[in-house]
Amino acid sequence: MVELVWLIPTFPLVGFLFLLIAGSRLGEPKAGWIATAASTCSFIVTFVVFLGLLAKSSDDRSFEQVLFDWLPAGSLNVEAGFLVDPLSMTMALFVTGVGTLIHLYSVGYMHGDPKFSKFFLYLNLFLFSMLMLVLGNNLVVTFLGWEGVGTCSYLLISFWHQRDSAATAGKKAFVTNRVGDWGFMIAMFLLWSSIGTLTYTEIAQSSPMATVTGTAVSLLLFVAAAGKSAQLPLYVWLPDAMEGPTPVSAMVHAATMVTSGVYLLVRMNHVLTSDALIVIAVVGAATALFAALAAVAQQDIKKVLAYSTVSQLGFMFLAIGSGAYVAAIFHVITHAFFKALLFLGSGSVIHGMHDEQDMKKMGALRSLMPITAGTFIIGWLAIAGVPPFAGFWSKDEILLAAWEQPNIGPILWAVGLVTALLTAYYMSRQVFLVFFGDKRWDEGVEPHESPWTMTLPLCILAVAAALGGLINLPVVADWLYLEHFLEPIFSHPHQFVSSTTTKIILAIIAVLAGLVGIGVAAAVWLVHRVKADQLEPKILENAMYIDAAYSKVVGGVGHKAFEMISNADKKYVDGAINQIGKTTIRLGAMMRPLQSGYMRNYAIGITIGGLVLLIWIIAGAS
Amino acid sequence: MKTISAAIFEAPSVDWWGLLPQMVLLGVALSLLLITSISRRKFATAFSTLCSVLAGSTVFLIALGLWGDVQELGPRSSLASAFGVDGFSIFFTILISLGVVTTALLSHSYIEREGIDSAEFHALLMCSAAGAIVMASANDLIVMFIGLEALSIGLYVMIAIHTRRAEAREAAMKYFVLGAFSSAFFLYGIALVYGATGSTNLVQIRDYLDEVAFKDEHILLAGIGLLLIGLAFKVAAAPFHFWAPDVYQGAPSPVTGYMASIAKAAGFAALLRVFFAALPSYKLDWSPIISALAILTLVVGAVMAILQTDVKRMLAFSSVSHAGYVLVAIQSANASGTSAALFYLFTYSFVVIGSFGVVSLMGWKDGHSLDRYSGIGRSRPVLALTFTVFLLAQAGVPLTSGFVGKFQVITSAVDVENYVLASIAMLTAVISAYMYLKIVMTMYVTEDNSEGPDIAIHWTSGVVLGGILVFTLVVGIIPQFLIDFSQDAVPVLIAG
Repeated sequence: MVELVWLIPTFPLVGFLFLLIAGSRLGEPKAGWIATAASTCSFIVTFVVFLGLLAKSSDDRSFEQVLFDWLPAGSLNVEAGFLVDPLSMTMALFVTGVGTLIHLYSVGYMHGDPKFSKFFLYLNLFLFSMLMLVLGNNLVVTFLGWEGVGTCSYLLISFWHQRDSAATAGKKAFVTNRVGDWGFMIAMFLLWSSIGTLTYTEIAQSSPMATVTGTAVSLLLFVAAAGKSAQLPLYVWLPDAMEGPTPVSAMVHAATMVTSGVYLLVRMNHVLTSDALIVIAVVGAATALFAALAAVAQQDIKKVLAYSTVSQLGFMFLAIGSGAYVAAIFHVITHAFFKALLFLGSGSVIHGMHDEQDMKKMGALRSLMPITAGTFIIGWLAIAGVPPFAGFWSKDEILLAAWEQPNIGPILWAVGLVTALLTAYYMSRQVFLVFFGDKRWDEGVEPHESPWTMTLPLCILAVAAALGGLINLPVVADWLYLEHFLEPIFSHPHQFVSSTTTKIILAIIAVLAGLVGIGVAAAVWLVHRVKADQLEPKILENAMYIDAAYSKVVGGVGHKAFEMISNADKKYVDGAINQIGKTTIRLGAMMRPLQSGYMRNYAIGITIGGLVLLIWIIAGAS
Repeated sequence: MKTISAAIFEAPSVDWWGLLPQMVLLGVALSLLLITSISRRKFATAFSTLCSVLAGSTVFLIALGLWGDVQELGPRSSLASAFGVDGFSIFFTILISLGVVTTALLSHSYIEREGIDSAEFHALLMCSAAGAIVMASANDLIVMFIGLEALSIGLYVMIAIHTRRAEAREAAMKYFVLGAFSSAFFLYGIALVYGATGSTNLVQIRDYLDEVAFKDEHILLAGIGLLLIGLAFKVAAAPFHFWAPDVYQGAPSPVTGYMASIAKAAGFAALLRVFFAALPSYKLDWSPIISALAILTLVVGAVMAILQTDVKRMLAFSSVSHAGYVLVAIQSANASGTSAALFYLFTYSFVVIGSFGVVSLMGWKDGHSLDRYSGIGRSRPVLALTFTVFLLAQAGVPLTSGFVGKFQVITSAVDVENYVLASIAMLTAVISAYMYLKIVMTMYVTEDNSEGPDIAIHWTSGVVLGGILVFTLVVGIIPQFLIDFSQDAVPVLIAG
């Protein structure tokens, strides 16, 4: 059954091509249903392939399908092929699963949009690219998907490009991601020159590189990952990406695309060196804390979730840096569930509030939007780390892995713990502001519950967010399904060394931190015991002005430098090109008379050419 | 040479299977002429078209069978080593048979539109194709010459077949006189090579040159030079190309496509058979000259093309520059270069047939001015897209067959460390790209968003253009099968 893998990306590709040709003729809602059907079929095939993989014994779970030689160039031969193994299947399952739900949701959300069919065209293209990214059997195919999702992300962020802010945000995402792509490419070049292959299975079996090269490759891959997965200092595009339609934020900028950096590093775990891992862990922890602080003071319902996503991605990188790859992937999955749920929930709220995004103008929505509120609350408990919801289990594993790191372990753990507390706080703040308290909305707004196409995905995701922890429960060793499933793909499977008592104590501290966060938020935002003004300092609302500082540098000194380069380009590069053009025309004008149209002249031409040729060849005689 | 003893004349063994492709083409051509001239009935154009298509398809299937045969049992030759049945000759038989099918289908609507006698046209098409196959399969210079003449004579008439058009008559006249002129070079070259080596058989020439060291090789070299001139004329390499733009422009567009692809491919086949397969021991003498021809051809083709304002003439010059790329691959004088040349010829032939097919559809009494194409991106979007792909393929844009072809050609020059040639090839590719993109821009970007002319597309043309479009893109994305195919077709000369 694993041979069916090629069908997985084929469905969204066919959907894309079909919508490309017939999309605007089909219009609403048919175009949406076709895209959703393509996504659903893809999910079903993924599930079948997954079952096929499970049927094999655990040390035989790696299947490569080469479709054709894609780029044969000297000794480099890049195949267009797929790799079916536990990691790619885990990713593909939640990508197609969550993707399908978001397609369905979008049918309701995009209702009445003039570019309805184009939206689904992009969604299918995105899904195709994302599947190429996770299913590719070598770095180049992954890179193809990587660029594909980047392009789709750009197109979808600036989907409403009539709005200046959306167009700018799209450009920002594109440019920032180029920095990451640069890292990806250099890493590929280095890998190719040092071990001579870009195929995953061969990389896994190759002998380790020299430490310096290995660290360089690891760090360059991390640059790539940091760009795509919005880590410090390249995170700036993600909060702005919220200009896109909310389903896009849920799918592209929360559940799937932004986790591809995590996927890349986990996939390449064989080459990551210990020095690089420390850097990854520190950057991850710093990003987690920083973004959580910024989330505390946001007013926009989606901006909170955006910073929260950056923060949670930081957690995943902290896990990778601690060598706990399974924990990272576990958190990718649970995060996909609860963050997609929260985004879709916020979309439902925005939809019901007629495009109002300021939380200060909401409140008391729980009775008017019961399904949205109920599911959102489950998402909130999951991300806040309240047991037994999904987020608790994955976050707990990451904190434990950080704790066990040598030397800086306790610091990383403490940072993670503070982040967890802040996470619980800002999410509770959001829930209380939106669903509880007094009505604060403007005159004329009549909040209403969303249609079934939107609430059904919410309910399914809520179940997943509540029960997602079941795939990897640490209570009994046999219940660690995900860990056992993923184990074969790692060079050094991570082992927790702490005693059970330590584990339990750490878990209790984490839960307490979460409860404290919720408690504080309740005191401030629910019962108004504390004045709120001091808790939303401008510096946090503006994310420590990092973005502004970038703008200043790029707009000031940078702009001048760019102008210099641009002038030099005009003068020398364009100048050279123009010179070639002019020379060409001049040369042509000189040759033109030869093409006179008279046969006799042509005969003379042939004769003279022939004579020169003959003299040349005979003169060469020995 | 086998001397004929007085007593017994031993007829050479004949490999009928190997000769079947030519026999089918000639047989169908002659039958077609016979039937249409004997019968009182007037036959529809479709009948002749069908004959060509069926003959071409049959040859294609026979060639596929022979290919499997040769890959399994190895190459052979027949008719006293005068005629090779090897991967190389079958490669070209496949290419030429497909050229016949596509040209026949593309010419259908042209012939109907212009009221030309279809039976004669198709009979000539098949005869000249048989000549082209003979040229690509000949193991003997005399046989090769017969093939060359059979191909050329067919073409002379095909160019002039539209007797009411003065340009066509002029083109045919030019091609005929200059063709005869260059045939003389070729024939004289055969004579000198025979004088130096005592044989016209390529296998014997090769073996003789391997063994014998000449004291005085002037005669041989002069012979080689004259052969090169004769063939360079056929492939329209500068400075023997002057006829090409005028003739290509004057000839009916489907014939132009056929000339620029199949006639040129046959010329290159002969060139490779003679130079790469039979004269490898003299490659230090001929390789630099081919290199110089390549540079000249590339520059002339690219530079002259961008000065033109007539689409057909642009494509005519661009086909000159394509010959330059094939020469770049041939001058490397090794197996990988040769397979690059074969790959280039195979992919280029279809793109050029398709391009002139589009030109034929766009046909217009007052020439093929670029203005006529303005706005067809809106009036005929599918046709415009198809033409765009063909043009991008000729420019060598990735994901089209043209990219893979150019990439291999330039790689072959780099492999033999001829960096000057490789750089010039890349530079001229950029210059030509300007011209191709100019056509694309004209089709899509118009000042007032006006629509272009509404073009009627007969289904026969539609099928061919669609097929070539798919082929161009498929090879651009998964080129490996064609690369393998052209690698297996590198010529080997076998006696007996």
